[in-house]
Amino acid sequence: MQCFFISRFVFNNSLCQTGSLRYFHYSRFVLQSTRNHQLVDKIKVLKQNLIKVLGKDGISDSETICRQHSRDEGVERNDHIVDLVVWPKSTEECSIIASICYEKKVPMIPFGTGTGLESGVCGVHGGVSVDMSKMNKIVDFNPEDFDVTVQPGVTRKGLNHFLKDHGLWFPVDPGADASLCGMTATSASGTNAVRYGTMRENVLNTEIVLADGRVFWTAGKNRRSKKSSAGFNLTNLFVGSEGSLGFITKTTLKIYGIPEMMASAVCAFPTVKAAVDMCVQVLQSNIPIARIELMDDVAMEMCNNHNKLNYEVAPTLFLEFHGTEESVKSQAKFAAEIADYNGGSQFHWAYETEERNRLWKARHDIYWTVLQSNPGCRAIVTDVCVPITCLPDLIAQTKSDIQKSGIIGPCLGHVGDGNFHSFLVFNPSEPEELKKAEQLASRLTKRALDLNGTCTGEHGIGIGKMAYLEKEIGPVGLEMMKSIKRTFDPHWLMNPGKIFSSE
Amino acid sequence: MSLRILVGVKRVIDYAVKIRVKPDKSGVITEGVKHSMNPFDEIAIEEAVRMKEKKIAKEIVAFSCGPAQCQETLRTALAMGADRGIHVEVAGPQYETLQPLHISKMLAKLAKDEQIDIIIVGKQAIDDDCNQTAQMTAALLDWPQATSASKIEAKDGSLQVVREIDGGLETIKVKLPTVVSADLRLNEPRYATLPNIMKAKKKPIKKLTPKDLGVDVSPRIQIVTVEEPPVRLAGAKVENVDMVVEKLKALGHA
Repeated sequence: MQCFFISRFVFNNSLCQTGSLRYFHYSRFVLQSTRNHQLVDKIKVLKQNLIKVLGKDGISDSETICRQHSRDEGVERNDHIVDLVVWPKSTEECSIIASICYEKKVPMIPFGTGTGLESGVCGVHGGVSVDMSKMNKIVDFNPEDFDVTVQPGVTRKGLNHFLKDHGLWFPVDPGADASLCGMTATSASGTNAVRYGTMRENVLNTEIVLADGRVFWTAGKNRRSKKSSAGFNLTNLFVGSEGSLGFITKTTLKIYGIPEMMASAVCAFPTVKAAVDMCVQVLQSNIPIARIELMDDVAMEMCNNHNKLNYEVAPTLFLEFHGTEESVKSQAKFAAEIADYNGGSQFHWAYETEERNRLWKARHDIYWTVLQSNPGCRAIVTDVCVPITCLPDLIAQTKSDIQKSGIIGPCLGHVGDGNFHSFLVFNPSEPEELKKAEQLASRLTKRALDLNGTCTGEHGIGIGKMAYLEKEIGPVGLEMMKSIKRTFDPHWLMNPGKIFSSE
Repeated sequence: MSLRILVGVKRVIDYAVKIRVKPDKSGVITEGVKHSMNPFDEIAIEEAVRMKEKKIAKEIVAFSCGPAQCQETLRTALAMGADRGIHVEVAGPQYETLQPLHISKMLAKLAKDEQIDIIIVGKQAIDDDCNQTAQMTAALLDWPQATSASKIEAKDGSLQVVREIDGGLETIKVKLPTVVSADLRLNEPRYATLPNIMKAKKKPIKKLTPKDLGVDVSPRIQIVTVEEPPVRLAGAKVENVDMVVEKLKALGHA
């Protein structure tokens, strides 16, 4: 086990103060110790104990496996590698792992699919990565009650494949094929949130393994009522807890009937403001729009080139209407009138499944498109969310700021929720560009917080946004959060180094 | 145009399931395992439904042959838009040895009885990968065939079909009546919605036996043994190229 290494990619503490991070940070060569000697010895003993419980196949300390489990789709943090990876096959095994690690005071990090964006799975203080993917059963399915309970290894697309023959689906769609328990842990959202809500609105119950190994259900064992006033809402405490309060070993989800008709449309606008105004007015008209996504002209150009499409290069809204045939027609008619009023183009429609999928794939793949359009570059991804009426001005100010800086920064996102992302592109070998991008992100986040918004609508705090949490929540709120954390995890072993520090 | 389309749908083990072989090696475990409609057959049904929506077809008949649970598969086809179903019940050991030729004979008889203009089936089933039924059916009926279709256009008494072939794409014109087999890129099937699943419960499913269609389903083959692929052996690291060669020789590969 390597204790020392030379790192080119050093996570510089001061950088975490400046904004959401999603990039390689090149820095000077540094000789650094991965973790202290005590932990290394503890892990060796731990490994022996865990092999007895899980068998040789259930555990690994190979460097490659540890590295794979120390990163997600966010910033690579090459000095935050876990020491051990384990694969529990059941809640019982997970509980035993927790009690063993608790006894030795070793950090534990739940790992779902590794598709998060905020480095939530990296081992800031080393520790054991608990890969939950072997727990992959759909344990309880009640189609007529519209609920289903799944283990962490069940992914969003896997569940929808299982449900489709029953005419049901789970509509929360963050883009990636993520673990549903992982989506619970990060309070995932996505393109359908404007109509169907985020994970907060759709998780009925969770089974939790606490740091000390105790197992409990946040709404009571196996309970699946659609609503409850019984005591504190512990379920929603765990939604968005980013693995810092316990392991989510089961999640009970609300499922929905697949809409009879789904129709998508693309509409271009003369300005971003016009597009966002259209969005605000559509919602004000109470049109139950299912998806309303903005792509600015910069994003549209990259999208056209990458996907060989021919859309107008202008601020564009991607819309989707769900409902019966009559309902979709009337929603669409009304929306088209509003678009026209705001100077929007004719709607380009997509009805058939493959056409709609192609359209939404172009939207979902935009992060990769941005990187591929700028070879060798990385991007800082921002995730601010503000009240919808504040959005037109916020995006306009942001775009103007971006243009002045000379950075490439497409803006796009879930305007229906007031949540948009900007991908601030920089060349990792140009520190000036990185600095500009960070400053842009910082100014943008500050603007959003001043507008009574949040620094992160759906990606989570992870490591990169820790600096903003106190400003957003306030010192009392932050102290309350830490209090709760100490109640659930007094030794600070669950995913330490994320969301807030222990001081 | 007002054509009548017959679509064959097969009930197979769901593609997401991990297949396990029975301990006695007589077959794969199907008890308690999730089954669903063969994905290529979903594509076939979707194409038929689109033709009905475009008013090219006026009726879609879904057909499935197998045990009682095939009714579920037919209900899915009806929920996607088929008008009625035909279930030819074959179960037990006879079902284990059922072959594309048996199905082709049934399709051919039904095509005549029901006055079918187009037969669409999936190009192959994901359990046996035969890719034979469409071709045999066409031969039995002496109808033209358009297999591995990735695009179908109807034009006055004939179909223009783009086929996916090894060399690329081939466009052919086939006169009606004809047999078509659906390939992957023909379309992306719709999902059955709750209201349609409800409505499908009222659509009729006619039950027949192989004898009713004059088809003899006695086995033409005998399954000798079914085995899992050999377990992958662990690799070994060696110090240098000479040792690689030595190991290969020792294992009889060089």
